[in-house]
Amino acid sequence: MSKASIVVVSSGVSQPSSTRLLADRLAEAVSDELAARGRESDVRVVEVRELAHEVVNMTLTGYAAAPLADAQAALAAADGVIAVTPVFTSGPAGIFKSFLDVLDTAALAGTPVLLGATGGTPRHSLVLEYAIRPVFTYLHADAVPTSVFAATDDWAQDADDARSLPDRVRRAAAELADRIAARPPTRRPGRYDGVPDFEDLLGG
Amino acid sequence: MQFGIFSVGDVTTDPTTGRTPDDTERVRNILTIAEHADAAGLDVFATGEHHNPPFVPSSPTTMLGYLAGRTQHITLSTATTLITTNDPVRLAEEYAMLQVISDGRMDLMMGRGNTGPVYPWFGRDIRQGIPLAIENYALLRRLWTEDVVDWSGKFRTPLQGFTSTPRPLDGVPPFVWHGSIRSPEIAEQAAYYGDGFLHNAIFWPMEHTAAMVSFYRERFEHHGHGRADQAIVGLGGQVFMRPRSQDAWREFLPYFHEAPVYGHGPSMEEFTRETPLTVGSPQQVIDRYGAFWEQVGHYQRQLFLMDHAGLPLKTVLEQIDILATEVVPVLRREAELRRPAGVPANPPTHAEMVAAARAAGQVHTQAVAAADHWTGRAAEDDVEAADAVTVRT
Repeated sequence: MSKASIVVVSSGVSQPSSTRLLADRLAEAVSDELAARGRESDVRVVEVRELAHEVVNMTLTGYAAAPLADAQAALAAADGVIAVTPVFTSGPAGIFKSFLDVLDTAALAGTPVLLGATGGTPRHSLVLEYAIRPVFTYLHADAVPTSVFAATDDWAQDADDARSLPDRVRRAAAELADRIAARPPTRRPGRYDGVPDFEDLLGG
Repeated sequence: MQFGIFSVGDVTTDPTTGRTPDDTERVRNILTIAEHADAAGLDVFATGEHHNPPFVPSSPTTMLGYLAGRTQHITLSTATTLITTNDPVRLAEEYAMLQVISDGRMDLMMGRGNTGPVYPWFGRDIRQGIPLAIENYALLRRLWTEDVVDWSGKFRTPLQGFTSTPRPLDGVPPFVWHGSIRSPEIAEQAAYYGDGFLHNAIFWPMEHTAAMVSFYRERFEHHGHGRADQAIVGLGGQVFMRPRSQDAWREFLPYFHEAPVYGHGPSMEEFTRETPLTVGSPQQVIDRYGAFWEQVGHYQRQLFLMDHAGLPLKTVLEQIDILATEVVPVLRREAELRRPAGVPANPPTHAEMVAAARAAGQVHTQAVAAADHWTGRAAEDDVEAADAVTVRT
């Protein structure tokens, strides 16, 4: 079995960011869970901050400059995706949504996805369910049931607290690893694969 | 190799003066630009077709018919003709009329149009864009190549015993291009018919253009029209030139920032790096455009967008002069020197298509003389006349 390719989309805007911290925890846990299932993995992190200008440009012009096109290609080819955003003004960071808006609508179809978010207070935790999960549903991604929200306080929690952050990370990672392990490696047709012959276009 | 200009026909405020031409002035400017391009020795003038402000060219054949009478050598074309929302019967009639009036000094380019509301305004569904382009063009070709057409399809009222007039000049329809930026189905359509394919890459990176053209070339060969490198390819382009590149850069920058489509988006540094937009000296344009063949093979037509973003008429005419005197002669000579054997230098002219059709024994030269069963003096007469025809057939 080939290595599973995991692409992490991290949309924190500061550096360092707690969003990236959560993203790294999730990626590490997913790699461990895959290893426990006998599957090696490659992790690539896409920092949306570094592509922010290109995301805006593509929103306005319709084409992706090379670094963004490269990140998009990696996402489309990924066997699993970890997507993490800060919560701003009771929704995902605008740049995270913009990054998804310029993604090909078929790029994540069927791809197992683990959703994560960070925020100042646990009162925002349902943003993942009402504002972020529906976006991935629209993209036909296979989002795992457990999403992971990390509030500021979570970073100071005891590991043995009930449903602590490490617990939730592990549980979500196991769900993602199960799905990745259960499906064949992602293969997507290119733009020029499967264009119908003109006789078929005429007949249709 | 042909070099020309194409106009989108946008009415845009000149950001350096705050002045906005009205529609009448803009239309007249486009006519002046086309006549100037002819006098300067460019090969092609193509007009867009739009049905919403800030664009004025809604009626291409009226404009091109006038220009046919006013110009001497330039090939008149479109960029593009909306094959989705126009009635293919009207397209067959209008462009055959233009072909006759211009004595074959024209061709046209099919496009689907990228303005969503135009579809419902003309009674169409944008989600049917590709099927409309395919069915309408299939009918258009039959109307040009068959004298009497019986037809029924999904999108238009059926036709019984319909003859499109005037019949094409010398019995040979105009040369047709198909333009598409991202739909391989349209490249496949162009390849199937052996028509030309123009990739208007002005807002896109060249790798994308190269992939699309390569797909068209492969399919052209697959459908039996010749070798892949013999397919007829055109590219869109965009330049602004001054003798000193820093002058060009300084003068064009405010127009770049306000231009429709890319204004307020990427920086001019990014956009000139990623797309064919070249702002600089004529030599820089020669260097850049003289190298595109490396990515798409020898191609037959290069069009430039020159009159847009609020550039004043005087500037546009100067740009045409620089293009025609300093850039095109060099690019034309270089293209001819490296053109591979058997690859056409240019898209086919009317005379060449007539010669080819005659050689293949495919030209019908006799007129379609038919009794007029249809015309009445009043609407009621038409009903009787139609009934009469129905009874007879």
